[in-house]
Amino acid sequence: MAGATPSALARSGKSAVASAGLQESRLVRLLLITVALLFIFVVLILPLITVFEQAFRKGVDVYIAAITDPDALAAIRLTLVTALIVVPCNTIFGVAAAWAISKFRFRGKQVLVTLIDLPFAISPVISGLIFVLLFGNQGFFGPFFIERDMPIIFAFPGIVLATIFVTFPFVARELIPVMQAQGNQEEEAAVSLGANGWTIFRRVTLPNIKWGLMYGIILCNARAMGEFGAVSVVSGHIRGKTNTIPLHVEILYNEYQFAAAFAVASLLVLLALVTLAVKGYAERKHEQARLDIEPQGGNQ
Amino acid sequence: MYIEVRDLVKTFNGHVASDHVSFSIRKGSLVGLLGPSGGGKTTILRMLAGLETPDSGEIYIDGKLVNDVPPQKRGIGFVFQNYALFRHMTVYDNIAFGLTVQKRRKQEIRKRVTELLELTGLSGLERRYPNQLSGGQRQRVAFARALAPEPQLLLLDEPFAAIDAKVRKELRAWLRATIERIGITTLFVTHDQEEAVEVADEIMIVSNGRIEQHGTPYDIYKNPQTPFVAGFIGESQLLDDPGSLTGFEDVQPGSKAIIRPEFTEVGTLGELSAPYAAQAGKVQSVMFRGSSWQVEVRTGQHTIQAYRSLEQKQLKPGDDIWVLIHRLYLFKDGESYVVENAKKAAAAPAKVGQSAAL
Repeated sequence: MAGATPSALARSGKSAVASAGLQESRLVRLLLITVALLFIFVVLILPLITVFEQAFRKGVDVYIAAITDPDALAAIRLTLVTALIVVPCNTIFGVAAAWAISKFRFRGKQVLVTLIDLPFAISPVISGLIFVLLFGNQGFFGPFFIERDMPIIFAFPGIVLATIFVTFPFVARELIPVMQAQGNQEEEAAVSLGANGWTIFRRVTLPNIKWGLMYGIILCNARAMGEFGAVSVVSGHIRGKTNTIPLHVEILYNEYQFAAAFAVASLLVLLALVTLAVKGYAERKHEQARLDIEPQGGNQ
Repeated sequence: MYIEVRDLVKTFNGHVASDHVSFSIRKGSLVGLLGPSGGGKTTILRMLAGLETPDSGEIYIDGKLVNDVPPQKRGIGFVFQNYALFRHMTVYDNIAFGLTVQKRRKQEIRKRVTELLELTGLSGLERRYPNQLSGGQRQRVAFARALAPEPQLLLLDEPFAAIDAKVRKELRAWLRATIERIGITTLFVTHDQEEAVEVADEIMIVSNGRIEQHGTPYDIYKNPQTPFVAGFIGESQLLDDPGSLTGFEDVQPGSKAIIRPEFTEVGTLGELSAPYAAQAGKVQSVMFRGSSWQVEVRTGQHTIQAYRSLEQKQLKPGDDIWVLIHRLYLFKDGESYVVENAKKAAAAPAKVGQSAAL
């Protein structure tokens, strides 16, 4: 649902010249706006500025050196590759799960819905520990993989697994309400018109859920790149090998290399800003497409 | 027979939606499935379309058993209750969908869609999206979309339910005329008897997952075969002990009767067409019904509804009046009869002779 909400807000914004009956007095309005702006500044803007301020404190050269350090580059590479694996996996899973839950009746559906939420409910540290218990040295499957020289824990596969687990609900959670609200009538209509499953998905279902899906993917990606807790448990913090960006930031910080820590952290902040921009752009495009056709419909 | 349905059974969590339903439909006919909501009409329609799998029973279309034919291959057009138009597609793309799925040539698709836009009076709206259309327009898009792949059978689920009353009347006439013009076998579901009577050549009355009666609207009105049908079609009223009514003394005890207001005349002896077959009564209430008075009369132990022309003298509650009952539907032990007023029938030859002489 969240995918639809922001654009709904944007739309109502145009008609938000509230009726006279809803107008508060000048003072109340001023007060509310001030409180909101102040809050946003302290909680959101100030930390953002601080990150960049700290990052550039010792000059651009230090900044560039920090992020082109081989260990930092390795961390960036690891984070990107992890996201590249995790996001498609969870997108496919999320679409499949949302499809199954919203379009079919089956036993244990409620259990599945609850299970999807599980990663949200447990602390990421516990999520990481689960994988250590499963694949670690003393774990159930650990010795099997270690004997075959394919360690999972303190290695790349563990990081991917932990990240998949933690970001598992995003796409499905975004899609389930959207798809449930839409029902399956359009799919049934497509079936009766002769379309097969894949065609129905591509031409009917996907276009109807694309904004929700987009939103889910963006959130999933942001979390996949930013995840700290679970990854910290399974990674082992091996510099240049199993350190992701957030872990690298932590190490630098612990070593009192504040400028470098903030420089690398600023990459994550940039990622967040890009995420926001992409999301905003997508929503505006969507809105525009809607407005382009509106005038014809207006005089009806 | 074009469509043959035999012993169709479908149960949802213990609720029987289709209880050994059997019927057959001729090619080219326009059939209405009429019955109260939740009676299983839509389930029957969905099983025909293949959107629901029957628990048992067979469906034949054009002589072929289609139970195992997927809905895509049945060649059926389906118009859904709330149309289920593809919301992200224009009117044009909606109508063209069934053709593009078949990978027809572009020009061919354009030609067919243009043809359908004209047929449905939607020309000029092809670039609109469903949310920019009125209810009636959406319904016509759904209709055109279902017709585009040239199905052999058209199924409509409550086609007028979501349209306001005024447009509904127009659309009904339009739909009937259009279906006749194309000559496609059509089955539609409705809970509105007026709609069924107006649109359909044949009606099937469905209740509790069973087909109560199948026939022309007039036949069903004239000869209802079950108390349910008699009660559902037209206005009606159930009477116990019909033997106490004048002219119906010979009715077997234990029968139940259904009477309609149009079977009853009320007025002074002079006003009635057969005063010798009437009985005395007292007016209970009088209601204006637009084109007539609806009079409620107490006679013996019964309270009976009747219509009275606006041209006749207005009655008031408490007036002593005469009631003439022309006929009753009687039901006993699962059988049904139409019984005419015996006293009127006995004296009738003279009247018949008279009118013959005229």
